[in-house]
Amino acid sequence: MDGLVTKAGGWLALTLLALVMAALAVDAPFAVHMMIVALAALIMLCVTLTRADYSGLLRGLLKMPADQGAYDDDPVRWGVIATIFWGVAGLAVGLYIALQLAFPVLNLGLEYTSFGRLRPLHTSAVIFAFGGNALIATSYYVVQRTCRARLAFPTAARFVFWGYQLFIVLAATGYLMGVTEAREYAEPEWYVDLWLTVVWVVYLTVFVGTIVKRREPHIYVANWFYLSFIITIAMLHIVNNLSVPVTIFGSKSYSAFAGVQDALTQWWYGHNAVAFFLTTPFLAMMYYFVPKQAERPVYSYRLSIIHFWSLIFLYIWAGPHHLHYTALPDWAQTLGMVFSVILWMPSWGGMINGLMTLNGAWDKIRTDPIIRMMVVALAFYGMATFEGPMLSVKAFNSLSHYTEWTIAHVHAGALGWNGMITFAAVYYLVPRLWGLPRLYSLRMVNWHFWLATLGIVFYAASMWVAGIMQGLMWREYGADGYLVYSFAESVAAMHPMYLIRAAGGAMYLAGFLILVYNVWATLAGKVRDEKPMTETPYNAAADRPLAPVPAE
Amino acid sequence: MSYDEIRHFADSWGLLVMVLMFVVFIAWPFRKGARRHHDEAAMIIFKDDDHG
Repeated sequence: MDGLVTKAGGWLALTLLALVMAALAVDAPFAVHMMIVALAALIMLCVTLTRADYSGLLRGLLKMPADQGAYDDDPVRWGVIATIFWGVAGLAVGLYIALQLAFPVLNLGLEYTSFGRLRPLHTSAVIFAFGGNALIATSYYVVQRTCRARLAFPTAARFVFWGYQLFIVLAATGYLMGVTEAREYAEPEWYVDLWLTVVWVVYLTVFVGTIVKRREPHIYVANWFYLSFIITIAMLHIVNNLSVPVTIFGSKSYSAFAGVQDALTQWWYGHNAVAFFLTTPFLAMMYYFVPKQAERPVYSYRLSIIHFWSLIFLYIWAGPHHLHYTALPDWAQTLGMVFSVILWMPSWGGMINGLMTLNGAWDKIRTDPIIRMMVVALAFYGMATFEGPMLSVKAFNSLSHYTEWTIAHVHAGALGWNGMITFAAVYYLVPRLWGLPRLYSLRMVNWHFWLATLGIVFYAASMWVAGIMQGLMWREYGADGYLVYSFAESVAAMHPMYLIRAAGGAMYLAGFLILVYNVWATLAGKVRDEKPMTETPYNAAADRPLAPVPAE
Repeated sequence: MSYDEIRHFADSWGLLVMVLMFVVFIAWPFRKGARRHHDEAAMIIFKDDDHG
């Protein structure tokens, strides 16, 4: 009883504190955010006081099977649902801003729907909301299975999930209201950053706690990759977001760094967000889900360890390649370039390790659309990790930087590698997490696969063409040393490419909506009556002994 | 320590230590008897197949 009073009192105090902060706020967005925090604390107060069986309610709502005491999978199930929800939102906003670039009238003349505010909403929604939820969910799933132990701190694990959703809501609403630090992939302001730091440290505690109580002597390599993600993101997030708020009652802060130091800190963070948010934890997914789906161990466990340490030691230096031909000292630019080129080898080592896991079972690509998604994800991982080192070479960068080529590169990686491996993991997890015999439809997974793959091809190819065209137009000098094209002419020339890109994005989103329907129907307990992916090849006429032929 | 001292430490002893650590980590999986250990580790994920 005392515990209940203390807990309820704590939530009430937090609600009141947030309300006071809202009342004292010096700008409207800060007041809105404090109201959101107050609302969240109030919900927690109700949850604490009524003591209704909320997890039971949620379980009924999401059709989740009762926990049979095997593994603690409730947060994993929530995470899968959240991944799908934020995925739709993030991809839809992406398609909308792609159309804005082709048709500026879609900015609607409102500050809230202008490209500048919707773009960080798109990047954060797909990277941190879609990707982040997938990573938290799969890491909880994989660490339990590979350690053969339940999650260490169940309450903390749930706090991580809900705390992370609050972070996403604060970040997203902030962007729409114009609250931004204007740091690439780290736009949320100081108080949201502090909240994420708290959530992240708890996440680390849950993950390490589970590893510590493991029943398996060896720590499986996927957990190394997940752990590197959690630790490094904590370090990157804290250093990059060192800033001084103007007032603790307002949403504005200023960075602790200035000038080129600030730029380098930002891109040290930015590129390592690519490395330790979009690469290593997704490789952890690869090292678990690809062998499981293929039903054979990883091609070379030794190679996976070399892959791991090479990425850890090399990736952290690659950031300066985002600052070629800037005020950053030349030696630092060259350093970034050299390490980026060296990174090509371990990246391909990892890709080969994933692909060769299918050695001896290549026919599964024909019969299993989930394996097909994994293979394409790895192929795009390979393509993106070849293109990246190439673009980081200064001579290349002088053509490609600031053009749509960068956008093509990012989306080949994000849609091809991160998206596809996440879809594969979702398809793998849903029947297992909900205790169902199989997905609603494998044929629809196949449709999703082709729509997504063709969508990426349209997207990347059009942006490659647009990027090279832009780069060449910008550097085209006439005989007398004047620039041949104005900037506006290069913008006009890209219109057809923007339309093709939007079409590619629409296909990718359509594929994802098929996933949504497929998962929905699976959870509803339906199984689609469909032709199987493979038939047993049998020819009755040919299946007989050779008839004796009379001698002539 | 001043900025200058830190950076000179970083590009001498610090660099050396990092390189040595890297070499040891990469060489470690090639030690004698590692193969059996790796083969076992790669199979961990199939032990618990009853629970998915």
